[in-house]
Amino acid sequence: MGRYILRRLLQLIPVFIGTTFIIYALVWAIPGNPFAGKCGSRGCPPTYIAEMTQQYNLDDPIYVSYFKYLGDLLTGNFGETYSGIEVSTLIQNAYPVTLKLALIALVIEGVIGISAGVLTALRGKGFLDSLVLASTLFLIAIPVFVTGFVLQYLLGVQLEWIDPSVSSDPGIGELILPGFVLGSLSMAYISRLSRTSMLENKSADYIRTATAKGLAPRRVVGIHMLRNSLIPVVTFLGTDLGALMGGAIVTEGIFNIPGIGGLVYDAILGQEGTTVTAVVALLVMVYLLMNLLVDVLYAALDPRIRYD
Amino acid sequence: MSTKDEKAGGSPESRLLEVDDLHVEFRSREETAHVLNGVSYHVDAGETLAVLGESGSGKSVTAQTVMGILDTPPGHVTGGSIRYRGEEMLSATEQRRRELRGENTAMIFQDALSALNPVFTVGFQIAEQFRFRRGMSRKDAMAKAVEMLDMVQIPNAGQRVKEFPHQFSGGMRQRAMIAMSLALDPDLLIADEPTTALDVTVQAQIMDLLDELRRERDMGLVLITHDLGVVAEVADRIVVMYAGRIMEQADAHSLYSQPGHPYTEGLMESIPRLDMKGHELASIKGLPPNPSDTPPGCPFHPRCHRAEDECREKRPELHDLGAGRLSACHFAEELISRD
Repeated sequence: MGRYILRRLLQLIPVFIGTTFIIYALVWAIPGNPFAGKCGSRGCPPTYIAEMTQQYNLDDPIYVSYFKYLGDLLTGNFGETYSGIEVSTLIQNAYPVTLKLALIALVIEGVIGISAGVLTALRGKGFLDSLVLASTLFLIAIPVFVTGFVLQYLLGVQLEWIDPSVSSDPGIGELILPGFVLGSLSMAYISRLSRTSMLENKSADYIRTATAKGLAPRRVVGIHMLRNSLIPVVTFLGTDLGALMGGAIVTEGIFNIPGIGGLVYDAILGQEGTTVTAVVALLVMVYLLMNLLVDVLYAALDPRIRYD
Repeated sequence: MSTKDEKAGGSPESRLLEVDDLHVEFRSREETAHVLNGVSYHVDAGETLAVLGESGSGKSVTAQTVMGILDTPPGHVTGGSIRYRGEEMLSATEQRRRELRGENTAMIFQDALSALNPVFTVGFQIAEQFRFRRGMSRKDAMAKAVEMLDMVQIPNAGQRVKEFPHQFSGGMRQRAMIAMSLALDPDLLIADEPTTALDVTVQAQIMDLLDELRRERDMGLVLITHDLGVVAEVADRIVVMYAGRIMEQADAHSLYSQPGHPYTEGLMESIPRLDMKGHELASIKGLPPNPSDTPPGCPFHPRCHRAEDECREKRPELHDLGAGRLSACHFAEELISRD
């Protein structure tokens, strides 16, 4: 297991170089001058443009300037935006918010999704089952921005239960609705996944064995059936957390949340090459590490899986 | 039925298990399959009853109904009775039935790999019965689990108790399964094709182990199988099932020397024999009937080599042939009086 993890960590190096290079090259390949319009309608003075070109190594061939950038990155220098703000400061401000939002979404989708799936699987056909099937289909079918705007309008504008947009340093209470919106799609998938998984295991031979041993039904279901059924669900949740931590441009946009998704969005619009590369590289690493964690978790949950 | 009772040497009250005229249907939206159509058998303490039959003959469904672990739906018990030591099971509460499971009647299954939970250690699955049914501490229960593994002759039980089912070999897994079923010291063990998934040398070991444990514990053993070779050595009595009915019942010796039903004959002839090398292996032509559409008359008549008009019209009742033998063939008397 230790060697497996080490091997996986070593694999991160080429992936890191590959992704950062592609992003870096793409960002600077965006047509148009990044400094056009930066200084109002008159255009920037040539000295300013020369200095900026110098600072971002824009006269060098792309791979040379990439390696200069990579060197900075490895020494912990994430670079600055055109207006002189440290990219690391931007990330430090935005990431905690995104993390909080991601965890809230994860808890909501996990708790509601699993409960709905398990309950419908145990109850069998009936009102609850139809309700969950219909509502999950609904959530899967409509885009997240529709869910977001509708809930924001209903709860925020019409009923005034919540503020339609969150404050600059949002607390957990404020993030519950955005978290629900962000997690709604996965919630639907999780409820279906856990329902199918439970139904599969319901007729498994070892469940019959557990019943034949005379164990109480709640132990048969709660220990034997659930433990097996939740393996795919937990792995899904892990992968999803990796994706959620990449920020949510749409949800953050709707509720005006100062998270990492909004940061990337603004940086792309402003052609802020350094910011985009740094943030996206960070997100790629987080995602890869989360995937590694999921694989390790998978082996911990299912003893039949061994990585050696 | 009086001769049968005398032969078995017990009154109905002292019987461990009595299955009487059991009817089970599997219902789906489209059709109703009559899976059991009046199955009766009984088991006494210390006795091995073999239940023989092809796949789909209802052997396992009978066993599952006895254990009360039949999936309902689709299964529905529509008639008959199951008595454990004289106590009616079919009308007993689920609570009562659960108390008896494992404690009085236990069951082992064909494929131990899928019958054991893959994510828990073998020790956990054995110990769990001591913990939740005997109220033992985790530690004591685990010590008992080691004892049980020792009893079924698993070497190095103290270590193996911590392993998962997939780390056991096929034979060891079936031993672990046996240890698990015997944890609460049941009086009756139902073994549903316990050796089918194993290779031949291991099959013999497992059968020997089961036979030994039965003797030591004076336990009743119901051995469900389609393997006549396995049965010959250990069974006291044999019940042959076909299409959810009992076709024949006899002690092992008489059944082998003179089958009282053409179906039993067919089963015997389809055993490969060394002295018949070079001959074509006999088999019973055709397939067992569809349980939702059983032919009229004798259910076996379309495949029977000696079927006559009577067989196509009149269903032969299971009747007494004397000396504890029963057969559901119109010509049973002729069959057993042949030279």
